[in-house]
Amino acid sequence: MATYIQIASVTVGAGGAASMDFTSIPQTYTDLVVKLSTRTNGTNGNLRNTLAGITSGVYSEKAVYGTGSSAASFGNTSQAFSATIYTDNTNYTASTFANSEWYIPNYTSANNKSFSTDSVVETNGTAVLAVLGAGLMANTSAVTSISIAPISPDNFVQYSTATLYGISKS
Amino acid sequence: MADTKIIVNCETGEVSEVELTAEEIKQREADAIAYAKAKADEDAAAQTLADLKASAKAKLIAGKPLTAQEADTLII
Repeated sequence: MATYIQIASVTVGAGGAASMDFTSIPQTYTDLVVKLSTRTNGTNGNLRNTLAGITSGVYSEKAVYGTGSSAASFGNTSQAFSATIYTDNTNYTASTFANSEWYIPNYTSANNKSFSTDSVVETNGTAVLAVLGAGLMANTSAVTSISIAPISPDNFVQYSTATLYGISKS
Repeated sequence: MADTKIIVNCETGEVSEVELTAEEIKQREADAIAYAKAKADEDAAAQTLADLKASAKAKLIAGKPLTAQEADTLII
């Protein structure tokens, strides 16, 4: 049975933030998972997330999504960041936040890093957004840091949170 | 007010808030532009495919010959 251990958590203050970064991540767990509650002050829908400080074009992803009235899919290749986690923004009901998860298995390995994402954007309406993604960072670096950021020029608003958990096999 | 990032050192638990460097701001802006272009290209490709499918359907119903591109949209 997997054991979740909270490693660290961050909450954005009144001034907002351009990113929430975890550094010096312990290399003692099997997997990592980041739980997010986010809202931005702009209109970009997705986040700009990176692992291990890698910002070159090595992120490839596929995602399926539903809007409440339709379903579709999309892909990203050779991106500078992972872009399948979505966030609430000014297009959605005030003070609502998106709920998301970023799962990174075998983060200490010397192989390319796979990951999966799960996002639900919240709003008071019939048209909402749910996105499931699967991706690969084509880089063998161990994941010692994680950056969660909105697309420029947006910033996270106050009370956005990110919590990092380490997962052990037993 | 300058954009800042919140950094949590997972070893020490220290939380710091620092301004983005000029290089980070430049990277952030470049990423946004590149991503917008990629999404626009993707949207254009999706629209082209939808148009071809609609045209193929209309021609099939009317009994008219399809172009090779239209036929490709029907082959799984």
